[in-house]
Amino acid sequence: MKLRALQRRMARAVMAPLTRKERMRRLAVDGRPMAQLAAQIIKPNDRLTSFERLEIYNRQYWFRVLDGFSEDFPGLRAVLGDRRFEAVARAYLTACPSRSFTMRNLGSRLEPWLRKHPEHALGRLELALDMVRLEWAEIEAFDGSAESSLRPEDLAGADPSKLRLRLQPYIHLLDLRYPVDDLLLAIKHDAGTDVASNAFNERQRRKKVSAVARLKPAAVYLAVHRVDFFVYFRRLEREEFAILRALQKGRTLDRSIEIGFRSSPIPVSERAEHAAAWFQNWSSLGWFVSAEGSSR
Amino acid sequence: MPANRFNGFTNYGVGIGLRAPHYEHILARKPVCDWFEIISENYMIDGGRPLHILDQILEQYRVVQHGVSMYFGSAEKANREHLLRLKALVRRTKTPWVSDHLCWGSVDGRYTHDLLPMPYTFEAARLTAQKIREVRDFLEVPVVVENVSSYAEFHISEMTEWEFLNEVVERADCGILLDVNNIYVSSQNHNFDPFTYVNSVPAERVAQMHIAGHSKYRKYILDTHDHPVIDPVWKLYDRAIQRIGHTATLLEWDDRIPSFDEVHKEARKANKFLASASLAAAV
Repeated sequence: MKLRALQRRMARAVMAPLTRKERMRRLAVDGRPMAQLAAQIIKPNDRLTSFERLEIYNRQYWFRVLDGFSEDFPGLRAVLGDRRFEAVARAYLTACPSRSFTMRNLGSRLEPWLRKHPEHALGRLELALDMVRLEWAEIEAFDGSAESSLRPEDLAGADPSKLRLRLQPYIHLLDLRYPVDDLLLAIKHDAGTDVASNAFNERQRRKKVSAVARLKPAAVYLAVHRVDFFVYFRRLEREEFAILRALQKGRTLDRSIEIGFRSSPIPVSERAEHAAAWFQNWSSLGWFVSAEGSSR
Repeated sequence: MPANRFNGFTNYGVGIGLRAPHYEHILARKPVCDWFEIISENYMIDGGRPLHILDQILEQYRVVQHGVSMYFGSAEKANREHLLRLKALVRRTKTPWVSDHLCWGSVDGRYTHDLLPMPYTFEAARLTAQKIREVRDFLEVPVVVENVSSYAEFHISEMTEWEFLNEVVERADCGILLDVNNIYVSSQNHNFDPFTYVNSVPAERVAQMHIAGHSKYRKYILDTHDHPVIDPVWKLYDRAIQRIGHTATLLEWDDRIPSFDEVHKEARKANKFLASASLAAAV
């Protein structure tokens, strides 16, 4: 057997889903007995059959990717509950195995996958999707590239009808239907609390999670960003969000402000004041980089 | 073999793996540590805190890169994005050598994120050596390969693991990262004498050594890196050092990680063996 053929055969077995009791399945995906497949490629020894030796790798694979996935999506676990989350993790990772050299990207295809498979969210699809988008944005914001921020003097004399401002590559703008930022912060706060009793901690977590999860839908505009290498969620006004998103899409400053205030209840007379305050805030956070700049 | 062309003619002593739980301690206390080994993939990113921490570490310590997903033994070509990011990191760290495992873990673009064992065939040795050469030529830094611990052996193997290792490194003309814990784990899982393995490795190609702890189960041993080094592994290390000479040595501790001081104390036990090897060489 050639190297590639052997590796394909073994990888199929290693990445095949486990049974409910977390053992290797008796039948392969194609219906053939796994013991037979294992015996064809792997030697038994005096303690383990070929099946048992292959099973070590099969179990290790799943324990590893499930651990990684769970670490990345604690919020989704809270939304779906432990059992449903485990089922989603296994179904997603079976359908979308890693295609990256780094486990960091395990969840990169979760949002489109969940949209295609709404049955996994058990009636909480929008909430689950919001949480997935937030948690993926957090991963991206954590280690995304940063560029030199624009200084106020860099903008002196610039023509707003021609000026195009770019946002830091690590910033992610999200329009959410649920306040999942509150939920995620509550989960992380509890996870970071060093309480002697795990049971107490777990009860507190469930209490807080269920309380937030019962919240009614509410439009939330969010910037997931970084300050001093730590990720933060910053709530935005709808107009702020629209201006930033337009800038992110490459619109000019003039045009972005126009888009931002489209059908806004803010009186025209107050808009300049609002915009000035927002721009001052964004600049102080170092969100703008030059249009010519390039990361990496 | 204190310094050779496979470790960039360096003469490093005992180091430990740089792990996130120790960041704060290292940056605040600046403990004396001969060198740190980083997992390359953890820093092959665009920005953020990990790179910020790494840059601070680089200002004060010597750092060597160790990879976990180049998969020299996979039948497919090396991932282009992986290579580009790895080279960027090599330039950042100025690592004197880069190590990764003699194993496979991806096929048809799908990654298992595991270190899967090779079939010990001449075909596999040829393909693996070719890939090691390609990676080394691209990175422009010495590449060394580490023997992995394993739980399975293939029917199609045509030689022993140590013969395969020798075949690959000779064909690739590369160095070896000799992991004595992995040799011990595999020897228990596959019923061979670990000293035969250590005695068969070409001493002049060993650039670095690994030591670690593992977990024993009823029918097999798992390489878990979550315990101190056990005595039989120290004995194997002692034998390897006697053969090879004073070699850069690193303790791996990746799970249930204790304090920096505890990890460093365990690593520094290697100094006793290194000192006796140096003494023997001087006599």
